Amino acid sequence: MTLSAMGVRVGMLFAVAAALLAACSDSRTQIRIVGSSTVFPFTTAVAENFNRNNPEYPAPIVEATGTGGGIKLFCSGLGSRFPDVANASRRMKPGELADCEKNGARDIVEVKVGIDGVVLVQRKGGTPLNLTLRDVYLALAAEPFGRKQTARTWQDVNPALPATRIEVIGPPPTSGTRDAFNELYMAAGCDTDPAMQALKKSDESRHKTICNKIREDGAFVEAGENDNLIVQKLGANPAAVGVLGFSFLERNMDTLRDVPIDGVPATYATISDFSYPASRPLYIYVKAQHVKAIRGLRQFLDEYTSERAWGPGGYLQRRGLVPAPDGVRAENRARAAALTPLTAADLA
Amino acid sequence: MTEAVSNEAPTDWASEAMQARIRRRYAQERGFKALGLLALTLACGFLLLLMASVISSGWTAFVQTQVRVPVTFDAGELGVTAEQAKANPELLRRADFEGVMQQSVTRAFGNGAVLVSDGAWLQLREAAMADPSLIGTTKDMWLIATSNIDQLAKGRIDLQAAEGDRPVTDAEIAAWRKLGAAGDLRKAFNRTFLTGADSVDPELAGVWGALKGSFLTLIVTLLISFPVGVLAAIYLEEFAPKNRWTDVIEVSINNLAAVPSIIFGLLGLAVFLNFLNMPRSAPVVGGLTLALMTLPVIVIASRAAIKAVPPSIRDAALGIGASRVQVVFHHVLPLALPGMLTGTILGMARALGETAPLLMIGMRAFLTSVPQGLAQPATALPVQIFIWSDNVSRGFLEKTSGAIIVLMLFLLAINSLAIYLRNKFEVRW
Repeated sequence: MTLSAMGVRVGMLFAVAAALLAACSDSRTQIRIVGSSTVFPFTTAVAENFNRNNPEYPAPIVEATGTGGGIKLFCSGLGSRFPDVANASRRMKPGELADCEKNGARDIVEVKVGIDGVVLVQRKGGTPLNLTLRDVYLALAAEPFGRKQTARTWQDVNPALPATRIEVIGPPPTSGTRDAFNELYMAAGCDTDPAMQALKKSDESRHKTICNKIREDGAFVEAGENDNLIVQKLGANPAAVGVLGFSFLERNMDTLRDVPIDGVPATYATISDFSYPASRPLYIYVKAQHVKAIRGLRQFLDEYTSERAWGPGGYLQRRGLVPAPDGVRAENRARAAALTPLTAADLA
Repeated sequence: MTEAVSNEAPTDWASEAMQARIRRRYAQERGFKALGLLALTLACGFLLLLMASVISSGWTAFVQTQVRVPVTFDAGELGVTAEQAKANPELLRRADFEGVMQQSVTRAFGNGAVLVSDGAWLQLREAAMADPSLIGTTKDMWLIATSNIDQLAKGRIDLQAAEGDRPVTDAEIAAWRKLGAAGDLRKAFNRTFLTGADSVDPELAGVWGALKGSFLTLIVTLLISFPVGVLAAIYLEEFAPKNRWTDVIEVSINNLAAVPSIIFGLLGLAVFLNFLNMPRSAPVVGGLTLALMTLPVIVIASRAAIKAVPPSIRDAALGIGASRVQVVFHHVLPLALPGMLTGTILGMARALGETAPLLMIGMRAFLTSVPQGLAQPATALPVQIFIWSDNVSRGFLEKTSGAIIVLMLFLLAINSLAIYLRNKFEVRW
């Protein structure tokens, strides 16, 4: 008797819990965005302006997961459980697009939102460095040009550099900034040696190991998926060099300065005309199939691709985004308006 | 026996050896008291240090710098007349207030001056929506200043530093001085901070969204963990047979209470999000996850409270013919309730301060709107503090401390409630 009374109470409790579960399995109404922490500050700014201008739509949810993690979530399927938009600080890989298609997300629209520089920065007050791509590669590769890594100080790499310890704080492999760093610094520095270019033709996987693998003996520190943390760590350590998106340098000009690469300083001008060796475009990816289902997604795209957002003098530029050239903006605006899907041929 | 005592010489309290012993005993007592006092002073000192640093850097979060701008609500610029606006408020809501604000600021302070916040045009819209007859007139309005002007006015910027070494430009400092001299600058209570949600601009960021998210999460936690925890404790104490199984359960519960919270976050991610497909970032999921975490604490506290009820009360009730369930619900539970409530509220206070499990289930997303329901995406107050503390923008420094002050006040309220309830229901025997 006592136990059955207890059972009734416990049963009622589970009924309440079940009702709670049922209440929240309703489909989602707000835009959900995941992806790169580099694009995050721009997308949040757009999301906020979108919400102010269109209060009839629920505010978008933006989460910084890193480009790799974000695209993985984005490509896991179609429907309200999966994000509508992915921020990316590098282009989607053909394999990722294939994943998307395999999981049913077929019409992916690619929008190039602007340009960012992957910059090397250091704290003001430290010994100023002036590096070349080759210096960076030699200092950070696991096997520089196939030899054992022995460099301890920048002077070991290049006698013209100061004898400070090599200490670089950068993002982890899930980050698009890391992918861009590998491509723009490591691979580019590696290919300054003609022997490596020859190796690329003869043994591509060996070339990839030599050129892209970063040393793991403590000279390169992974700071997690959080660029602000890198800024804070640099503030505490004048000898360290950080790898960041240009917008983070732009917003911390009072404490940080850029390390010129091949003699070119990182500025809006050098990044937008690609004379800075490490400029890269930033992207957002949108599921065209979600545009009908998710209210406001179309208007969100309109806001992102408006001149007052991503154009010269727009509010994204005030946050450190380098606007893309006029032609590129027009082309991407047209693509976002027509929801032209990305094809595997585009990525090849 | 008494003879043996009387044969012994009486203690000579005046003797040298006895006096020395007494002195030593007193010295020991004084030493212990001093040590205790030192520990207390140290603890209070740290608390004061924490409070002082948080309050000194955070109180300015509740103050907002505003700039006086003569705003001309030009019907042509807005694209809507007063009559149209009265007939159709939707038209007015879509009007170009941003352009009107830019025009008015440029007219008042010249071109290129960035003095008012990007979002200050919302104030214009609010004013015009409330009173459409403003259209076509000019009105002096106090608009929210940019974060840089705000920080200058609050004296948080080192003016001695060279221009490249500080976050504000010389032009901004000159503009700030000019505004101050003309009386076009004032400090007012920061309503946005207490009523708004997160923003990319520190001057527009608020804690209400996060506070409400925390509140919704805690309600779910309380609704689930309190009844389940109390029922489990009653069953284990009053009904369960003592055998190996109940021993295993007891050890497991004690173990669970010590499991790091991030593990519960991973569990929540695996069970509620990936298996049950519940919405990411929702307070209901946060609440369920925190309920799992709080449950063992409530079970342990409730069992202790039930154990503290004297057996004589049970015996008396059984003796006059009450059933076991009647004994529990008529006598034991009311007497154990104060202890259970105290344990529950302490558990809830811990849940309120928890960040790690909420990060795992996506409650760290950027949200500019206040959550409206249990299944709506939300953040929680400690997560908001974590997100702001990461932000390098100088304006967020004071907002972080301001949010900590709000969190501490919330905790203080919860703990006061715990003390009040305990005193109200406490029974002495």
